[in-house]
Amino acid sequence: MSGKPKLTYFNGRGRMESVRWLLAAAGVEFEEEFLETSEQYQKLIKDGALLFDQVPLVEIDGMKMVQTRAILSYIAAKCNLYGKDPKERAFIDMYVEGTADLMGMIITFPFTPPQKRNLALIIERATTRYFPVYEKVLKQHGQDFLVGNQFSWADVQLLEAILMVEEKEPTVLSNFPVLQAFKARISNIPTIKKFLQLGSQRKPPPNDQYVATVIEVLKKD
Amino acid sequence: MKEVSEPGTLCEIQIMAIKPKLHYFNGRGRMETIRWLLAAAGVEFEEAEYLETRKQYEKLIQDGSLLFQQVPMVEIDGMKMVQTRAILNYIAGKHNLYGKDLKERALIDMYVEATMDLNEMIMHHPLQPPEARAKHLASIIEKATTRYFPVYEKALKDHGQDFLVGNRFSRADVQLLETILIAEECKPDILSKFPVLQAFKARISNIPTIKKFLQPGSQKKPPLDPKLLPKVMSIFNISNE
Repeated sequence: MSGKPKLTYFNGRGRMESVRWLLAAAGVEFEEEFLETSEQYQKLIKDGALLFDQVPLVEIDGMKMVQTRAILSYIAAKCNLYGKDPKERAFIDMYVEGTADLMGMIITFPFTPPQKRNLALIIERATTRYFPVYEKVLKQHGQDFLVGNQFSWADVQLLEAILMVEEKEPTVLSNFPVLQAFKARISNIPTIKKFLQLGSQRKPPPNDQYVATVIEVLKKD
Repeated sequence: MKEVSEPGTLCEIQIMAIKPKLHYFNGRGRMETIRWLLAAAGVEFEEAEYLETRKQYEKLIQDGSLLFQQVPMVEIDGMKMVQTRAILNYIAGKHNLYGKDLKERALIDMYVEATMDLNEMIMHHPLQPPEARAKHLASIIEKATTRYFPVYEKALKDHGQDFLVGNRFSRADVQLLETILIAEECKPDILSKFPVLQAFKARISNIPTIKKFLQPGSQKKPPLDPKLLPKVMSIFNISNE
């Protein structure tokens, strides 16, 4: 039995991807179990493994953790990626909640009926509500990282969000030179660089098969 | 800082605590959980002029007060904090309502994330089109009674302690009580199959700070009058996002 965290989720990004990013950034090796059938999921529920009948599930340090934010907060704190005091923590929390809101729009995108999908709104939010904030923060203090002159969860999640939006609109950072430099700099951190390489546990953008699998696994009898 | 001195006595310097100041509309929404937590912690707070027009809201944005152009916003300890969870985390940490170590924190986080999921469903209920409302309400009740309440019932029953985590009052208890009460507004007998939660509800309601918050005249807000919903939506340009 390894001491590595074990992630249970679909074989795709969804809500687990931010957890994969954070573990990878922290240099923590992890294992994955992929949900492929409804039976697997029902068994997990019957076994009492899912506190609220939901995944993500991360088995870590003897706990069966659920709820994405709970999991991320625990990993961040444990791996010293959560600032050095309550005020730094507060800023990290504000910044990650902002990027989580933005990524949330993209995560739900493939599950939204086509006529209700609004890619333009995602790009508008990214370029008028979210990216300007981070551009300004970095520009004002001139430091390499968002908070406390130290690498944190906020930097990891911002990079993740930037790349996710760029997949939808490759020119999205064209008016954000400081974020472009940030993207290059954070991508070059050894643990992150490794995660961005082919063959890592980073998952590709969702395709039709992923969507179909999620719907099949979670279907109610 | 206010200096108070009387002839012939030593000067006393009283530091007037600056109360947290909440910026929101005059209703529950996403600010209510924050009101609950501050009240539970015995922290007096002020509410800024309630947002009643789009213009007021746009002014806050133009002033640069809203980091992501959104409320809730809470002025606290020199920060203009936004993002409900960030605000709650900060208050809980500051007032010792977040467990004593990382593992207690993790458990508290799991519990409160779930109550917030249920709260979110209930919050969105008035936004449902009329034809979907009955089904949505049934779904809320089903989730409450089969996914969420059984977990807390079992947790309390298993350890037999007064509080959810670490044998100590925490934000998990506050947020669970808040959720129980709004669920009861959906269905008054929703706790009928949960005797341990009924006892929990009575017990936590009796904690002095909470008892005070539950009394008429407190800063606890009533459910949103459905007639006011279009106005609230227009302030924030809420569509069915």
